[in-house]
Amino acid sequence: MPERKIRVLVAKPGLDGHDRGAKVVARALRDAGMEVVYTGLRQTPEMIAEAALQEDVDVVGLSILSGAHMALVPRVLELLKANGQEHVRVFVGGIIPDEDVPRLKEMGVTGVYGPGAPTEQIIADIRAALPSVTV
Amino acid sequence: MEFVQSVLRGDRLALSRLLSCVENDVPEGRLALDALFPYTGKAHLIGVTGAPGTGKSSLVNQLALQIRKKEKRVAIVAVDPSSPFTGGAVLGDRVRMRDLAGDSGVFIRSMASRGSLGGLAAATAAVTQVFDAAGFEVILIETVGAGQSEVDIARLAHTTIVVEAPGLGDDIQAIKAGILEIADILVINKADRPGVETTERSLRTMLELAHPVRKVFRHHGQMMELNDGVVPQEGLWIPPVQRTVATDGRGVPELLESIERHVAHLRANGDWMRRERARLQAEFDLLLQEALVSRFLAKIPPSKVEGMLQLIQERRISPREAVYQLLEN
Ligand SMILES: Nc1nc2c(ncn2[C@@H]2O[C@H](COP(=O)(O)OP(=O)(O)OP(=O)(O)O)[C@@H](O)[C@H]2O)c(=O)[nH]1
Ligand SMILES: [Mg+2]
Repeated sequence: MPERKIRVLVAKPGLDGHDRGAKVVARALRDAGMEVVYTGLRQTPEMIAEAALQEDVDVVGLSILSGAHMALVPRVLELLKANGQEHVRVFVGGIIPDEDVPRLKEMGVTGVYGPGAPTEQIIADIRAALPSVTV
Repeated sequence: MEFVQSVLRGDRLALSRLLSCVENDVPEGRLALDALFPYTGKAHLIGVTGAPGTGKSSLVNQLALQIRKKEKRVAIVAVDPSSPFTGGAVLGDRVRMRDLAGDSGVFIRSMASRGSLGGLAAATAAVTQVFDAAGFEVILIETVGAGQSEVDIARLAHTTIVVEAPGLGDDIQAIKAGILEIADILVINKADRPGVETTERSLRTMLELAHPVRKVFRHHGQMMELNDGVVPQEGLWIPPVQRTVATDGRGVPELLESIERHVAHLRANGDWMRRERARLQAEFDLLLQEALVSRFLAKIPPSKVEGMLQLIQERRISPREAVYQLLEN
């Protein structure tokens, strides 16, 4: 019985405190039938890219509250590409000033979400970005 | 098969994609498994099982660090449960394995159980075969940790480590009965916590019941006794009980020594070969059954099977008679 699930890596790069938001999103994605690899706090971009490679994920979700997104996100994108994983869709959640959103999208980020974003929206966007994968 | 060549060359992206093909049981994955099979049979498979939260992932992290000191390449397969309602899963074992990041001699793969109940996923064995062929010398397999008797892991692994922790209360007693029988090595993790002595004492008692530690025998008309720690002549393995602290690595070098002793024991008394043979035969039998059933069903009209089921449900014919009739004409 062949089965294909959307695989998502949820990671929390940077040095800021807690991962409650990331955990809420991870559980919501699980409840939407996805397989979510959760890596925990204080991940470097190198650790995130390595985990994405080993887990062959379709999506990387980054939770960033520290304000360091303009440094962390391009680095993650660069490393994914260097590993041959340019097909991986990157989503960013956290405290992101409005003016940074278009810049992140230009870099190749598929979706950006503020702290209050409904998880249904994130789920719908992930599904829309991966039309070939059924859950 | 470009996949297979890349995997054998050590290409990590190809390896990762192949693991997905095998996990999803797609034709590409099956063909690759056939092609890789001649390269398998070298790795040492170590299962790590035990109740939720006993420290399996933390221990796997420490074991991998310790094994890496010996220059051996380590693959980790960590299985977590899928939700029976949504089919989704949160795979969280990597959280405890961050010490291994950045080491190209380590490859960690998380798997969801996808409805399997025995503590592993249906494709876990196949995934370990890919790692084996790819040249990983040690493969650590962390089970779901349902705490029930997880025979699947004992069948797959050469060495099965059962992890317990102090202070889990009395419900642990029920768990132990089934799970002790599969343990090659018993670990009391969280040995920094109060209650280790109690846990160790009750474990040893249970162990003695499962494996008589003292061998009593008659010699020149006198009762003789082989004492604890002496490996009897017939090469019985008595599971050692070991304390560890997986958060800082205490006890882990000693645990690795026990693992190495266990491998030496398996090889010396022929159990390594016997286990291998039993595992391969089980795999062969299963595939043969599946193939025969689907070939047989392809030859008869579905309506005929449907009709038989109807007769069975009406209690006009027993299931055994129905099978017999189908096979006979
Ligand atoms: N004090 C103490 N805590 C430990 C030890 N080993 C693990 N822990 C903690 O116990 C908790 C669970 O550890 P894990 O390694 O995730 O346990 P697990 O058995 O893999 O858990 P599941 O995969 O969820 O079944 C974590 O908070 C660890 O930090 C130990 O030796 N001593
Ligand atoms: Mg775990």
